[in-house]
Amino acid sequence: MDSVALEPSLYTVKAVFILDNDGNRLVSKYYDTELYSSMKEQKNFEKKVFNKTYKADNEIAFLEGLTIVYKSSIDVFFYVVGSAQENELMLMAVLNCLFESLSQILRKNVEKRCLLDNMDGVFLVVDEIIDGGVILESDPQQVIQKVNYRNASEQAYGFVLFDYITGNMDEGPLSEQTVAQVLQSAKEQIKWSIMK
Amino acid sequence: MIKKFDKKDEESGSGSNPFQHLEKSAVLQEARIFNETPINPRRCLHILTKIIYLLNQGEHFGTTEATEAFFAMTRLFQSNDQTLRRMCYLTIKEMANISEDVIIVTSSLTKDMTGKEDVYRGPAIRALCRITDTTMLQAIERYMKQAIVDKVPSVSSSALVSSLHMVKMSYDVVKRWVNEAQEAASSDNIMVQYHALGLLYHLRKNDRLAVSKMLNKFTKSGLKSPFAYCMLIRIASRLLEETEGGHDSPLFDFIESCLRNKHEMVVYEAASAIVHMPNCTARELAPAVSVLQLFCSSPKAALRYAAVRTLNKVAMKHPSAVTACNLDLENLITDSNRSIATLAITTLLKTGSESSVDRLMKQISSFVSEISDEFKVVVVQAISALCQKYPRKHSVMMNFLSNMLRDDGGFEYKRAIVDCIISIIEENPDSKETGLAHLCEFIEDCEHTVLATKILHLLGKEGPRTPCPSKYIRFIFNRVVLESEAVRAAAVSALAKFGAQNDDLLPSVLVLMQRCMMDSDDEVRDRATFYMNVLQQKQKALNAAYIFNGLTVSVPGLEKSLHQYTLEPSEKPFDMKTVPLATTPITEQKTEIAPVATSKLPEKLTPSRQDIYQEQLAAIPEFQGLGPLFKSSEPVQLTEAETEYVVRCIKHTFAGHMVFQFDCTNTLNDQLLQKVLVQMEPSEAYEVVQYIPAANLPYSQPGSCYSLVRLPEDDPTAVSCTFSCTMKYLVRDCDPNTGEPDDDGYDDEYVLEDLEVTVADHIQKVLKPNFGAAWDEVGDDFEKEETFALSSVRTLDEAVGNIISFLGMQPCERSDKVPENKNSHVLFLAGVFRGGHDLLVRSRLALADGVTMQVTVRSQEETAVDVILASVG
Repeated sequence: MDSVALEPSLYTVKAVFILDNDGNRLVSKYYDTELYSSMKEQKNFEKKVFNKTYKADNEIAFLEGLTIVYKSSIDVFFYVVGSAQENELMLMAVLNCLFESLSQILRKNVEKRCLLDNMDGVFLVVDEIIDGGVILESDPQQVIQKVNYRNASEQAYGFVLFDYITGNMDEGPLSEQTVAQVLQSAKEQIKWSIMK
Repeated sequence: MIKKFDKKDEESGSGSNPFQHLEKSAVLQEARIFNETPINPRRCLHILTKIIYLLNQGEHFGTTEATEAFFAMTRLFQSNDQTLRRMCYLTIKEMANISEDVIIVTSSLTKDMTGKEDVYRGPAIRALCRITDTTMLQAIERYMKQAIVDKVPSVSSSALVSSLHMVKMSYDVVKRWVNEAQEAASSDNIMVQYHALGLLYHLRKNDRLAVSKMLNKFTKSGLKSPFAYCMLIRIASRLLEETEGGHDSPLFDFIESCLRNKHEMVVYEAASAIVHMPNCTARELAPAVSVLQLFCSSPKAALRYAAVRTLNKVAMKHPSAVTACNLDLENLITDSNRSIATLAITTLLKTGSESSVDRLMKQISSFVSEISDEFKVVVVQAISALCQKYPRKHSVMMNFLSNMLRDDGGFEYKRAIVDCIISIIEENPDSKETGLAHLCEFIEDCEHTVLATKILHLLGKEGPRTPCPSKYIRFIFNRVVLESEAVRAAAVSALAKFGAQNDDLLPSVLVLMQRCMMDSDDEVRDRATFYMNVLQQKQKALNAAYIFNGLTVSVPGLEKSLHQYTLEPSEKPFDMKTVPLATTPITEQKTEIAPVATSKLPEKLTPSRQDIYQEQLAAIPEFQGLGPLFKSSEPVQLTEAETEYVVRCIKHTFAGHMVFQFDCTNTLNDQLLQKVLVQMEPSEAYEVVQYIPAANLPYSQPGSCYSLVRLPEDDPTAVSCTFSCTMKYLVRDCDPNTGEPDDDGYDDEYVLEDLEVTVADHIQKVLKPNFGAAWDEVGDDFEKEETFALSSVRTLDEAVGNIISFLGMQPCERSDKVPENKNSHVLFLAGVFRGGHDLLVRSRLALADGVTMQVTVRSQEETAVDVILASVG
């Protein structure tokens, strides 16, 4: 927070990570090689941040000379880290984009289990939003479009259900998709009502 | 619940995390199915996900196993499954540094980046640039240039951002893509605009003119992307700072105009840029402050945080500018985000009135345990500033600080509190006892050696002079029993001070010392034995010299002198007076503005400025017989700032001589100066003994010449003198471009400003922590007293300032601070006169229609006393 002005640069984001409700890492990317270069330091930092933030949903915190914006949903926590001098709203833009994009990909089921089931999509979303610390895209719609994951995911669910019924693990006919989708959304609704 | 993979992945069966019990070896085993035909995209995708997940968790992959998996993965490019292909790109990026021969995928990636599928192109470019080196970059340069100007935004963005990453490695190649980047900057897509601007700036940042042109262009044409605007603001404020542009410059206007942008992000960036500008006036700040004020009531926590943090910064320099926001800040005190609340309160503490202090302190103490250490330090700093502003509030503050001291916290936090308490004690004599009591309590359970020794030192200094010194003995002796070596040693020193100052405590202290002499540590034992012996003599002078006022010599100087002495053994005992004195460290008030990253480098012991001069002068053979360097003055400018030649002088004082060091700089690039010397004409009985010229003085390379002057021996009180100085030299014209000088030159001279030698040049500052003891130690053998009237001085403060700067002596016992509303004051000054004699001045001042001053001077030698009185008169 010292008054040294920021070198104009596109490198805005120092790190992004997603933790579960025990503070364990689900996904995490560090873009500044000088910041917590070893895995031990990284996990240590994540633990510290988690302990400071999991109790209250305060959106923003300042720790170890870094600005951290965060957001939680059910049992997952999303964090975006930038330097002390960074424009907090830029970091917020990244966080919101990350959250919205994942929310769409997971069809509003932003919770640990669902996130883990779609880990490939999560990796791709993070990759489309930030590239080496540079904000690549901040519009969730654009991110979804670029990742082009939704279809794959729907198919996957459909297939899984179909496979479940038929016991056949290989490709299933496309016509079964609609049935599967109905079942899927019913399942989601039940799950939500249990969660509440 | 349906488990997606549980049929084929047995290990994910239990628990809620399908990746929980992943084994690296098992996953690598599974990766063999990459080689099966036909490729099963779903299973392969899942395995790739597992590999990336493991890498992300910090699993270590050996080079061989990584390379094996990587090569197997390359087969997957045969599949046309989109997600699978994208995951391949990710794997390539993740493994780029682990696996060998990653360049094997270059052709596949090049094919994808130039192919028809837009979804592949951007990611393929980014993956490709991760594995490319400078030589290969040239091979794909053509494709990169095309990609930068591609009409598909994701392709263009990817190419621009990848280029930016490549600049570090291959600046020269990327530099050639400026035109393409320029074209991309006028794209309609906001992200492409932003990335192009970032790359352009990065390529041109060392060329101020180009940056300026670019700014001009973009600020006129207007951009769509808020990110790009933020970038422009940063570039503009950087340029303003570098060119020291005034606030009437178009750049400033641009930044100000951004305060009216429709994006909050841009508005905030502009406000923050204005606030951070050096020497901004209150009027220029006003618009920025008012947008920040609006943000204070935003529903978004991040925006409120950003606003209040920036306002806090404004309040440091311009508290009055922020007073308008006081009401909004009051509302933030109860903010559920404690960081915001803390910042709001500390800002209010800076801007609010004295009456609100109690209420604010109460507020903040209700949640101080919830905030992070960084913010706790902010709070302590705010309190510290407040104590200076409202000294009367010290009891509230002290209470609060002592509570904070009891709470948990890291070293930086505790140190801030201790420093704050110490400064309160020093400022307010009333608070001394409570403050010391809190600190005593703190060291009872303090894990930081540095803080414990610091507090013990303070106790030794202040404790004996309190009404009831005996109560501190217990705290100090407890340290001797319980702590580490460094703390024990500090405790012994503190104890000795009690014994030396309080006769009734002396017997008890001696008993305790006896106990310390049995310590297991050498240093502790040595100290105890030394103090024991000194104390037993019961002589005030000894106590003063060896217990209260420690060594005044410079430690590196002492080391060097002792080394020299052991090399040349002589009959004479070692004389401390030959050791150069330590230049008293200027106690600077650190005003660290806000929490900074806590990792600090260990402080290095750097030789002082005087030690450096000592070294330099000793290297010149002509100056070898002069003895140790006594004092070096601050540089005095002898020319105006922007003249042909710039000369400044440093006065070095020795026991019987002075050396004038002239640092000359030649600012003419068509001249080479030779045999440069400064001729000096003294006004008094000073005698110039020798000139040592600087042989060559080429353009812009500073050089030094010296003049050696003998001080008058017959009249030792003649300490001040004026020299008229002329620089003489041989000029050789030379070619400005090559620096090749002509064969012959001509003599020339240049008149410099007069140089004054004053009494201050003969006196070195020395801090006597206990002035009274030193005063008694010197004794009244050569005491003289005289009274003067300072008719031109109007206030006591001014008189004190004048005396200190005139005599160049060190004020002791904080007597340089005149309490408010007093009509009389006593100033204590200590120094060492040339030749190594202690010199003490007690000056009583009384204010009544001008200032009347009674000066009492003591020294071990009469000359010094006469010099002072003669020069004052």
